[in-house]
Amino acid sequence: MFSADLLANAVVAGVLLGGFYAAVAIGLAIVFGQLDIVNIAHPAFVIVGAFTAYILNSRFGFDPVLVGLLAAPVFFIAGVLLYRIYFIAFERTGQESLSGLAFFFGVMFIIEVSLIMAYGVDYRLVQADYIGRVWSIGFVDFPLRMLVPFSVSALLTAGIYLYLSRTFLGSAIQAVAQDRLALQLMGADPVRIKQWAFGLGIATAAIAGSLLIIIGPVEPSVGRQYIGRAFAIVVLGGMGSIPGMFIAALILGIVESMVSTFAGPSWSPAVAFGVLALTLALRPAGLFGRT
Amino acid sequence: MKFRILLAAVLTAFSFAVAAQQKPIKVGFSMALTGGLAAGGKGALIAMEIWRDDVNKRGGLLGRPVELVYYDDATQGANVPGIYAKLLDVDKVDLVVSGYGTNLIVPAMPIIMRKKLVFPALFGLAANEEFKYDRYFQIMPAGPDPKLDWSRGFFDLAMAQNPKPKAIAIVSADDEFALNAAAGARANAKKLGLNIVYDKTFPPATTDYSPIVRAIQATNPEIIYVACYPPNSVGIVKSASEIGLKAKLFGGGMVGLQFAAIQQNLGPLLNNIVNYDFWVPEPTLTFPGVNEFLAKYRVAAVGKGVDPYGHYLPPFAYAYLQVLGQSVEATKGLDHGKLAAHMQKATFDTVVGKVKFGKNGEWATTRTLQVQFRDVQKDNLEQFSGPGKRVVLYPKEWKSGNLVYPYKQ
Amino acid sequence: MKSTVFWGALATIFAAGLALTGVVQNEYYYNALYLILQGTLMAVAWNVLGGFTGYVNFGSAGFFALGAYTTVALNKALGLPLPLLILVAGVVGGLVGVGLGYLTLRLKGVYFAIATLAMSIVIETLVVNWSYVGGAKGSYMLTPDTHLWFDSYIQMLFVVMLLLTLAAVAISRMLNSSRLGRGLSAIRDDEVAAECAGVPTLRLKLVSTSVMGAMMGVAGAPFPYFVTFVDPLSAFNLFIAVNAIAMPMIGGTAHWIGPVIGALLLGTTQEIVKVTISSEMNVLIVGVMLVAFITLAPQGIVGLARKLRRGRPK
Repeated sequence: MFSADLLANAVVAGVLLGGFYAAVAIGLAIVFGQLDIVNIAHPAFVIVGAFTAYILNSRFGFDPVLVGLLAAPVFFIAGVLLYRIYFIAFERTGQESLSGLAFFFGVMFIIEVSLIMAYGVDYRLVQADYIGRVWSIGFVDFPLRMLVPFSVSALLTAGIYLYLSRTFLGSAIQAVAQDRLALQLMGADPVRIKQWAFGLGIATAAIAGSLLIIIGPVEPSVGRQYIGRAFAIVVLGGMGSIPGMFIAALILGIVESMVSTFAGPSWSPAVAFGVLALTLALRPAGLFGRT
Repeated sequence: MKFRILLAAVLTAFSFAVAAQQKPIKVGFSMALTGGLAAGGKGALIAMEIWRDDVNKRGGLLGRPVELVYYDDATQGANVPGIYAKLLDVDKVDLVVSGYGTNLIVPAMPIIMRKKLVFPALFGLAANEEFKYDRYFQIMPAGPDPKLDWSRGFFDLAMAQNPKPKAIAIVSADDEFALNAAAGARANAKKLGLNIVYDKTFPPATTDYSPIVRAIQATNPEIIYVACYPPNSVGIVKSASEIGLKAKLFGGGMVGLQFAAIQQNLGPLLNNIVNYDFWVPEPTLTFPGVNEFLAKYRVAAVGKGVDPYGHYLPPFAYAYLQVLGQSVEATKGLDHGKLAAHMQKATFDTVVGKVKFGKNGEWATTRTLQVQFRDVQKDNLEQFSGPGKRVVLYPKEWKSGNLVYPYKQ
Repeated sequence: MKSTVFWGALATIFAAGLALTGVVQNEYYYNALYLILQGTLMAVAWNVLGGFTGYVNFGSAGFFALGAYTTVALNKALGLPLPLLILVAGVVGGLVGVGLGYLTLRLKGVYFAIATLAMSIVIETLVVNWSYVGGAKGSYMLTPDTHLWFDSYIQMLFVVMLLLTLAAVAISRMLNSSRLGRGLSAIRDDEVAAECAGVPTLRLKLVSTSVMGAMMGVAGAPFPYFVTFVDPLSAFNLFIAVNAIAMPMIGGTAHWIGPVIGALLLGTTQEIVKVTISSEMNVLIVGVMLVAFITLAPQGIVGLARKLRRGRPK
């Protein structure tokens, strides 16, 4: 059953899927990779983003991606507030590693149950003109349902990369992870910078959520499925390296897609996480890590 | 003297009335009100409450009002033994029925069997296969050999075509229901001498289905049998349309295509898919009482986050209580031995038609429908409330139209 | 706590448990108690690694499921009796724990936590694809007819679980208060410094990961008999992993009694809420309690109690 068009399509499908994974992981690449905050509730925020897209799409017919962009500032503010709580409760007292983790676990459950109470556990979907349309180049198909999320995610990644590397605030965020003291000497307040970065990370969840619901149906607890993948991508990508994260996401997507096509789809989670476990065992700093 | 007798009579009547008010018949069960199966479980609960109200309006059972006692099992089997223990030992319920779904029926079986209770059950696929409990009664009309009967119609339709198809692909999600349905399909395919060219499973939490659909297409099957839960069904149908899947018969055991919200979203992509169902608003299936029931359900369902039409599960959730209620009235008591004996031999008139149980507690004859989606329009919920969109092809007895073959998008 | 008092307390609790089965028939209470004890055992186990050494295990459900599936596989293959199954499940869990311990060689902090999560998912995928134990379809476990002198099988399971939990508590206390325990907390506070000071950090970490793995395997071993139907969804339940983290965090991780207090408090609340309000609320309560405790009382209940005692005027 091996053929060129099957292979080409498997790679393309993997790239598109990986691109979407990058949108989920990019917020974590900032928050977890750069700030060392283990925000396990990040996928739960992605689900909130998906529900926001669902609500505005079904009520007013807004395009999901547009909703994601509109909701991002609101998510940003929520992220800033959440960081303030986190800072006051844990970072200030030096409790962040263990308690912080449990804190975000709790936040995840609170978000999930609140969504269930408000909207039930039904699967929600959105309508958009491009869903269901396909572009074909030769024998390779690009379903827009996957291509749109990929493109938005690629733009988002490029934007965040440029922001972090070209602006003062961006380099300050990167500095926060590496040398806090130097930053203070420069006269920048590390807490405010981390707060800004955390907000930015959560804001990306609004966009990732809108992409998720374009791809398929969403109910409040599907976020859990992405916890492992998103963290795996950030670790593989070398903690906080944005290009590394994007490449790692593509690798994961391609591996999953190839296994689905040529071996058996039921093995794809083990392969993806096997790659992670191996990477961690052999090269703990990830594929593109700063060692 | 006369006065005395009268007084005594009045007093007796009064005490009966008091007894009736004080001692309701309690029906206990666990139900998935949160977690994976909650969308169905909540709809079932609405149906069960309608039954309770209907019965109480008519004066209850044996002159006693009926009360439902239930707890949320959160779609987690581990909660179920404790819930039934509490229902029986603390709440002292008189009768029990099962929760929704195989995974939530099975954990209740040991305690139910130990106490020798009749156990009407709601939608478990071959849940009694291991236990062989003679007081288990499954309302889902899968049939006497549930795993095989589940897809029998699908294969009968395929084999009635000329020329007969030869190559089949079977794909299912990695979960208990889907694997059982796929196992049945595999057995049917082998029996018919079909060539199984693709036979694989995928994780329920798959994001992108196109690699799977493409791998299936690469094996050039004529028939594609799919067994999976709602989010997978949506993904597969969408991918199939994007890739331009070619097959002569496509569908089978996809859960989710029975629900209005998903039907509305998929719209014309559904056209010509042949899939199982248990009740659809076709003229051949208008059993007495079903339309009245659905009318009440539609009102009660508003704002509850459940299926607005409730064609799939709710009529059966109403019917399994009807079976129980009719048995209580026929045996004039709550003796579980007598109730079981009655259920084993009687034929029940319910909103889902005549129900007769076989030896293993499944329906004596299968009524797993195979329906084909027809003329589905884009973004229109209302169209699914009436006939014509899901045409019944199988079994012959309930047939309301002919198969459009081969499948075309 | 003095040793004599401690052992006396354990014996009293066990005797009380036995006496209970003689007095109370009602099966519901044993079901509820079983789940609370299962939570306690998992919490104590998690704390042996997470609390004492500071290495966070996200994959508790994986170990629990290893125990449960050991039971399923061996029961099917050899029909072993429950005590043997528990023993083997403990060994399997312990061995995987040792493997996990070697991971701690290279992986610190969050990397380790992510690795445990990955491990749990890999084990789950293996089980899903292993049709001998039922795969994703799940597997039935018919309740045996014999249950010693107890009135019902669940009573016996309850007593078994009680015994296992008490044993785990005793082991955890031993690890916590011995020289070993001081070594473990040295790892938690500063692993590099501990290593320099001559603490055999690797050996200690291996001890603690294997004890943790063994205890979790043991906790999972009777589970198939309890639910009678196991599938990967129920055995690898995220809720098991979360409770194992939440209970010690709420009770206090530094002291061996912390997870016990947390588990009893959270577990009992969950059982009550399950039958009075709804399971939805249950998840919410875990979330809210977790967040409230760790923001307001980061040392858990044990820490609070200590603070109160110190703060009291003498």
